[in-house]
Amino acid sequence: MKPRLLTSCLLFVVGLFIYSGCGNATNQGALNTSSAAEKVYVAPGEHDEFYAFLSGGFSGQLSVYGLPSARLLKIIPVFAVDGEKGYGFNEETKPMLNSSYGFIPWDDAHHPELSQTNGVPDGRYVFINGNNTPRVAKIDLSVFETTEIIEIPNSGGNHSSPFTTENSEYVVAGTRFSVPIPQEDVAIDSYKDNFKGALTFIGLDDEGHMDINFQVLVPGYDYDLAHSGKGKSHGWMFFTTYNTEESHTLKEVNASQNDKDFIAAVNWKKAEEYLAEGKAKDFPTSYLINRYDETTHTATSITRNSVKVLIPEECPGLIYYLPTPKSPHGVDVDPTGEYIVGNGKLSADLTVHSFDKMIAAIENESFEGEVDGIPILKFEDVVAGTVASGGLGPLHTEFDAEGNAYTTFFISSEVVKWKVGTWEVLDRAPCYYSVGHLMIPGGDSRQPWGKYLVAMNKITKDRYLPTGPEMNHSAQLFDISGDKMELLLDFPTVGEPHYAQGIAADVVKANSKKIYPINENEHPHVIRQEADARVVREGDVVRIYMTSIRSHFTPDNIEGIKVGDKVYIHLTNLEQDWDTPHGVSVLGANNAELLVMPGQTETLYWEPTKPGVYPFYCTDFCSALHQEMQGYIRVSGRGSNVELSWSVGE
Amino acid sequence: MLLAALALLLLFVFPLWSITLTAPQYPHGVSMYIWINQITGDTEFTLQNINILNHYVGMKYIEPDSIPELTYFPYIVGAMTGLGLIASFARSRKVYLAWGIVLVILGGLGIYDFYLWEYDYGHNLSPTAPIKVPGMAYQPPLLGSKMLLNFKADSYPHWGGLFLALSIFGSFWAFLKGKKKNKAARSEAFRTTTTENHLQAS
Repeated sequence: MKPRLLTSCLLFVVGLFIYSGCGNATNQGALNTSSAAEKVYVAPGEHDEFYAFLSGGFSGQLSVYGLPSARLLKIIPVFAVDGEKGYGFNEETKPMLNSSYGFIPWDDAHHPELSQTNGVPDGRYVFINGNNTPRVAKIDLSVFETTEIIEIPNSGGNHSSPFTTENSEYVVAGTRFSVPIPQEDVAIDSYKDNFKGALTFIGLDDEGHMDINFQVLVPGYDYDLAHSGKGKSHGWMFFTTYNTEESHTLKEVNASQNDKDFIAAVNWKKAEEYLAEGKAKDFPTSYLINRYDETTHTATSITRNSVKVLIPEECPGLIYYLPTPKSPHGVDVDPTGEYIVGNGKLSADLTVHSFDKMIAAIENESFEGEVDGIPILKFEDVVAGTVASGGLGPLHTEFDAEGNAYTTFFISSEVVKWKVGTWEVLDRAPCYYSVGHLMIPGGDSRQPWGKYLVAMNKITKDRYLPTGPEMNHSAQLFDISGDKMELLLDFPTVGEPHYAQGIAADVVKANSKKIYPINENEHPHVIRQEADARVVREGDVVRIYMTSIRSHFTPDNIEGIKVGDKVYIHLTNLEQDWDTPHGVSVLGANNAELLVMPGQTETLYWEPTKPGVYPFYCTDFCSALHQEMQGYIRVSGRGSNVELSWSVGE
Repeated sequence: MLLAALALLLLFVFPLWSITLTAPQYPHGVSMYIWINQITGDTEFTLQNINILNHYVGMKYIEPDSIPELTYFPYIVGAMTGLGLIASFARSRKVYLAWGIVLVILGGLGIYDFYLWEYDYGHNLSPTAPIKVPGMAYQPPLLGSKMLLNFKADSYPHWGGLFLALSIFGSFWAFLKGKKKNKAARSEAFRTTTTENHLQAS
């Protein structure tokens, strides 16, 4: 053990040298710039071949790019309020950010994952996890909007999430930070006694609604990443662990002592049997499900007060541990479902386990020990091979359709291409700088599209014009259609992408909606024609039922509002043409704008504090008379007797 | 002649005419379809969208409910079909011709009526229109293409219009063919009937 540890440390030091050397690199990377330019050129008016969904990391959002051009198509607000779209500001979307802790305006969005059918991305949904206050969001790809967010109880850092099974039977959420379960006030140094982990399995019903089917209670390790089995390993979910030392302080040292940590293999089909047998325990807790309804254009929160928990000691065969060196980060299953790659981030080598060998070892009950009722398989029994890459700090692996794997190495700042089965290194390409995640369209599915690889780098330094101390992170696009990887393009990204998903554009674009049919709008405060526009007072609550159509609001003159009123502007956009949103904003409102899509209703809340006449206007340049699309609201003193009135064109 | 009469029924299935507006912002065009009994568009919202565009230059809203022709045209077409069927059984060349001529007159009146509506929409502009271009009228062409500010308007017959034309030609053809047939009948007095002629007559 000791010499091995020493070697690792030495390699680590060498790696740091390599890494610091990168800052001075003058190599631009691309070998043949003119042919690279041709490969990423998508002519004006033409569409990209792939959609790429890059997580926003600490921006809390999800960015959508086209590939190969790397043009930014949209930023979808998910876990963070977004003034641009009024997300989390208008009354309709505020509930999306509700939690059992109240309204939370931000989270750290890590891993996008496309829904799958038969192991292939089907273009219906993208899921993404919120790491800080554990949550999973669902984005509907017919509208590219967040339509559901579920909170994960008994979790403390939802990192190994939201990886999905072959038919999106489940989306998982494993905890990165173990916590007392149920939460309680205990000494932090009682970690080993009181802290536990939970692996959560979120099911989707026929309408695509998420709810937690069950959790598996596991030892208090850090559950880092996950991927489901596919093909023959369908029915299993794999999670990496680190901190099997169960340390609670100075983890950079104390959680890096064990030579091997584990990959946890959960047999979720077995879990379903135990659930049917009534083996699950109801743990009292509290978590919220926030659902956005596309017909009412409104989100509502549902509270759940208990969750079903399976305890491995009582459920033999539910979960096994596969020893894996060394604090493995990503766990990636090849398209055949046979190989389970453990990216040991503090080592030089990649460890690949065999699913068949794992099943054989389980059948032979060849265990080297047990933790809390979880059998530990023998490393020698399950390992299929080792990729001796010569790189340092492997993090993530994706696959192409030709039986090749591509692994990122953070410390040595490169992507290494290797052959699945022979473990032979075929090619390596430097990244600028310190690559974290990578994405190949369909690269974690049964049928990768291949063709391109996006490396998401953690360090930018000199790659673009400087923008002060804070810079966008940098991604790099490689052509992987040949034997050698070819760097095509650098492009800055939003926030910090921790993972991405790519899908052929044709699978998604035909389903993209252009408008919301106004006749299907069931918002409680919708009005479908200008004639119904009105202002209604109930005590100090004033509701303005307003419409927008090029190029006026109805009503656009409103009087009789008083200081201290609670004013709700319910704006229905009567437009039914593609790309005709209208916005509205009010001077002095402690709020963002509304940005209302055709056929949609949204509500701006405003408490006027001073008497006066307040202009409001359309914020989205809608038409030739956009600048004229404006109105006034007269606010009178509290005791005033100005009559409530409204009009347009009078 | 029977086919000519039945072709008219297709006017209930296909629009007579189409006007397509194309502009840089509308790369795929916005198409309006004029039927004998309704005005439709590419989607159920097209008319609203065209009206929104038209209101900038002060054109009246196109509201199918306010166009009386759309309520009585179906009866005229129905009546002409009925008369055509009767005519086809009458087996009289002169009746064929008369029916055809009536149809031409009605079609001509219809086109003239269409022109008047176009003229009215294009010229009868609101004095408070936000965009006023001196000397500009927005009458789409009866047939062909024309630039109306940023929009190129293409006005052409649609399937229904073609079937109407087919119907007219059908009646004239029946008339002309009848003429030949009569000739053939006369020569029959001197010669034996050929199978070919027999087939033609049927």
